[in-house]
Amino acid sequence: MNDARRAGGSELLDVRIVRKAYAAATGQPLEVLRDIAFRLARGELGVLVGPSGCGKTTMLRIIAGIDLDYDGKVVAPARGRLAMVFQEPRLLPWRTVEDNVRLVAPTLSESALVTLFDVLELTQHRLHYPGELSLGLARRVAVARAFAVEPELLLLDEPFVSLDDALASKLRDELSLLVENRTVTTLLVTHDLDEAVRLADRLFLLSPRPAQVLAEVSIGVPRDRRTATELSVAKAEVLRHLRGPLDPAIKA
Amino acid sequence: MLRLASLGLLVIAWYLGSFIAGEQMLPAPTTVLNAILTEARSGELFFQLGVTLARVLVAFTLAMTIGSAIGLLMGRVTLVNQLGDSWLVVLLNLPALVIIVLAYLWGGLTELAAILAVAINKLPTAIVTVREGARALDPALDEMATVFAMPRLRALRHIVIPQLAPYLAAAGRSGLSLVWKIVLIVELLGRPNGVGFEIGIAFQLFDVTRILAYALAFVVVILAIETMVVQPIERRASRWRLRTA
Repeated sequence: MNDARRAGGSELLDVRIVRKAYAAATGQPLEVLRDIAFRLARGELGVLVGPSGCGKTTMLRIIAGIDLDYDGKVVAPARGRLAMVFQEPRLLPWRTVEDNVRLVAPTLSESALVTLFDVLELTQHRLHYPGELSLGLARRVAVARAFAVEPELLLLDEPFVSLDDALASKLRDELSLLVENRTVTTLLVTHDLDEAVRLADRLFLLSPRPAQVLAEVSIGVPRDRRTATELSVAKAEVLRHLRGPLDPAIKA
Repeated sequence: MLRLASLGLLVIAWYLGSFIAGEQMLPAPTTVLNAILTEARSGELFFQLGVTLARVLVAFTLAMTIGSAIGLLMGRVTLVNQLGDSWLVVLLNLPALVIIVLAYLWGGLTELAAILAVAINKLPTAIVTVREGARALDPALDEMATVFAMPRLRALRHIVIPQLAPYLAAAGRSGLSLVWKIVLIVELLGRPNGVGFEIGIAFQLFDVTRILAYALAFVVVILAIETMVVQPIERRASRWRLRTA
């Protein structure tokens, strides 16, 4: 059992996970994470890239403080100063879009809410219930909810998965815009290399289960100035680090 | 429309039954209606209905509040469930009459003993229903509440209780019908007033008309509560569900 969650100095997040294992149905321990260590500075956007099922979500759950059963130490902002966008939107179907956001941020000002809804194009859906929204819109509400608490650390668990390319791209832009305008440290989990290269300040490449950090790649060019060529160069740089162990789906 | 036709059919069957069995065994609907009106004019009906209704409401509220709290705890905390499960099985299988008689023996023929006897009879079914609801709570929403550091009471009010609403409604519905039936037995055995007491007197006098008059009047009261209180609450609680236009 573990929970050490206070960060100070320029490092906002310091993750050192020695081991995380689940008890499999056979009774044998199923090791998911092993010797993971990385840090994120205040305002940095880190991306964890790895094949499906390698333990990325488990890592986010540990950092979020939902899973305390691991060996190691995580230094992160305390609860209330971090937010998470889960893979599924996890909205309350009996509350409207606005009420879902206000539930976690009851003191949020009307102007802040209006700005947030404006950026995420949710204004006209303010009084709708989640059941009346498409998956893309529901994801936006989940993003709005996360930003509403003005977190120091934002955890994003594949927030664009199962959206069509155009919608995912639009949501990425909106997310980029929100991150740029705030000093929020962000950790994004994805298995989409293009998405990772487009959004990251730093990439952490994970091996298949049990996940380990294979390589760490910093992308020098600011997000808003990355051209198609620079994105390709960055991707090639990332791929250079991926020799054998990664899922072919990611390399593709 | 179909409901009205069904009700009409019931009245016709009642008339037929009365014709076959005779007025003394099964008085006609009009005879019973007249008896209701006579009792209402004297004020006796409203007094007895009021007394019974008060007992129903107090016992129901007590059983639902305590039963929901215990059911929620048993559904959420394995240790509490393991500790309480045997007790629950005992309570579920204890006949209502035994609980009532014991309550009167231990507590005397008092209002408190009567209310407790009714509440204890309802308690286990409320616990079982709410426990099932608590087991079906979505852990993903719990995690969301944890990540966003929602205070426990706030999470209980806005996340847990809305998920439990269908189970609470089911426990409430079945509870109301169970409680009022048990209240009548409690009144019959040990109270000096109420619909159950009146039915007891009518039983001793072989007055079937009076028995049916009081029973019918109370059914109408319960139907009114169902239509004017329970259904609007249910509609309000489920207004977020998508309906076809």
